[in-house]
Amino acid sequence: MTLLPTSVRAASPPPAPTPRSRRRLRRQSLAGWGFLGPFVAVFALVFLAPIGYALYLSVFKDKLIGGTSFVGLENYTQALTDPRFWEGVGRVGLFLAVQVPVMLGIALLVALAVDSGRLYGKAFFRISVFLPYAVPAVVASLMWGFIYGTRFGLVGNINDAFGITLPDPLSPSLVLASIGNIVTWEFVGYNMLIFYSALKVVPRSLYEAAALDGAGEWRIVTSVKLPAIRGALVIATIFSIIGSFQLFNEPSILQKLAPNAITTDFVPNLYTYSLSFSGQQHNYAATVAIVMGVITAIVAYTVQLRGMRKG
Amino acid sequence: MSTTDLPGPSRPTDRRGGTPEEAASASYRTEKEAEAPSYRTEKPSGTTVRAARRRRPPSTPLNPRPSIPLTLVTGLVLVYSLLPLVWLVINSTKDQRDLLDSFGLWFGRSMNLFDNISRTLAYDDGAFVRWLLNTLLYVVVGGGGATVLAVLGGYALAKYRFPGRRAVFAVVLGAVAIPGTALAVPTFLMFSEMGLTNTPWAVIIPSLISPFGLYLMWVFAAESVPDELLEAARIDGSGELRTFFRIALPLLMPGTVTVLLFSMVATWNNYFLPLIMIKDPEWFPLTLGLNAWNAQAQTAGGEAVFDLIVTGSLLTIIPIVVVFLLLQRYWQSGLSAGSVKE
Repeated sequence: MTLLPTSVRAASPPPAPTPRSRRRLRRQSLAGWGFLGPFVAVFALVFLAPIGYALYLSVFKDKLIGGTSFVGLENYTQALTDPRFWEGVGRVGLFLAVQVPVMLGIALLVALAVDSGRLYGKAFFRISVFLPYAVPAVVASLMWGFIYGTRFGLVGNINDAFGITLPDPLSPSLVLASIGNIVTWEFVGYNMLIFYSALKVVPRSLYEAAALDGAGEWRIVTSVKLPAIRGALVIATIFSIIGSFQLFNEPSILQKLAPNAITTDFVPNLYTYSLSFSGQQHNYAATVAIVMGVITAIVAYTVQLRGMRKG
Repeated sequence: MSTTDLPGPSRPTDRRGGTPEEAASASYRTEKEAEAPSYRTEKPSGTTVRAARRRRPPSTPLNPRPSIPLTLVTGLVLVYSLLPLVWLVINSTKDQRDLLDSFGLWFGRSMNLFDNISRTLAYDDGAFVRWLLNTLLYVVVGGGGATVLAVLGGYALAKYRFPGRRAVFAVVLGAVAIPGTALAVPTFLMFSEMGLTNTPWAVIIPSLISPFGLYLMWVFAAESVPDELLEAARIDGSGELRTFFRIALPLLMPGTVTVLLFSMVATWNNYFLPLIMIKDPEWFPLTLGLNAWNAQAQTAGGEAVFDLIVTGSLLTIIPIVVVFLLLQRYWQSGLSAGSVKE
């Protein structure tokens, strides 16, 4: 089973109906919409309607005097010049630039190692490295948060045992890196499995041909395997970028452990959340969510275009 | 969609005699030649044939052999992945005192696992059990419902021609790129206008949509349900619903299990959506409950229930880890189909 034909075949409609009858065509439409209808109805309610509602909210403002009034693009101007928003964007940008390459790099190396057939117990590797993906972000953050802790965490243990003082992972200067570690831990295995699944369907005849040409193991990796899984690499990158821009769970949970390091505008999503739930600024929160969504879409789309073009 | 491993090419019977260099060059030849390697005509340089026979051939891309250094290096990632879970298991056996003053990666003075579990379940009038039942409700209705909608929708997109089909497809694929959290705040505002917040529906309804699941089922249905079979059923006079249940659904089973697995895990682990939708602890899922205990423990004056948080965390991940281990081959098929998406 090769990758491309799958998607091509899937994309093309089923064979054209024989000109036997128009009734059959109508029956097809009816049945098709019957099966698809429930999904589309709920989809409209939880995807399309909120987007529309957010757009609607974003052009109004709730004023103390005079109530809600139409303000045009005023909220957008405010968001685009809001230092608290841009600070959060900068933070996820930094996070993205460091965490995503590290995570995908480790994931790729493990996938190549498992795929090379040169590991003892490769099934155990595959399962164990993927296991953290099953752990909820809440549990992962609590667990790591405790481990980071100087009171009864491993960091505290090490400090006591060696009489040293390690830098506090939950201090303002290190907390972003500590969050990066949690996210990496959660998703290395997931990305590894994406890469490994893609590697597994590379036809072995390609390796044989390369070996015939005298390519060594490493050369086969760089010249055959990596180009063959380009699609999976691009997809994993895009998913990771979207995930980074939407960073919320980990900082939100760690906030209780490190209230001074993680402010309410630490990342854009946390900012949106506190705007609407602590500040009751619903209109502005909706605007920030839209701006962030647009930024995410632009970055993800750019990566996709670049990733595909190089091929 | 094979989920078994590639056959290990380094079976003992594959071992060829000759020097390592010869074995290496032999395995670079075509398969036919490799079956009958011509090492006999070449002179084993320096070593006797017997000594060379005892030595195993070197690893080559086509004929790999497990390597201890590579296993050790990759083992670092393995340790990284498992260590926090080991920490969790060990620390769920400790009481508060041991938790605070014994080494984190070894057991404390006492074995309190069962005591911890019973106290976790009983604390605050059995709040944990209540949250567990809520989570099950969200997982079964939300995750299960998402699977039903995805299977029906994917089947329709793959097997029927109808107006609007392409538009639906484009919109849904676009939606895959829209992160759930970006929609969460507008959805909350909308649901609160509709009076749905603070009810289970606020968590269940958004969980019903899985664009990824729809995509997966659509690819899967296109591959695994032959048009001829459906055509034959129609000619026999079978209605569309009957055809779906009797003929298509059994063929769609592996994909269905995959989608079910993904949507159940997503619902079980969900945090952001219930966080904004549910303020009443009566309707908390486990993730929110644990977070609330942690918030309480970190507040001055709140009861510091760290032992319960650690044990509760362990209890929260056990069911999902078990499901995951039992059905792991479905994960892989899901991810390999997912990585096709472009």
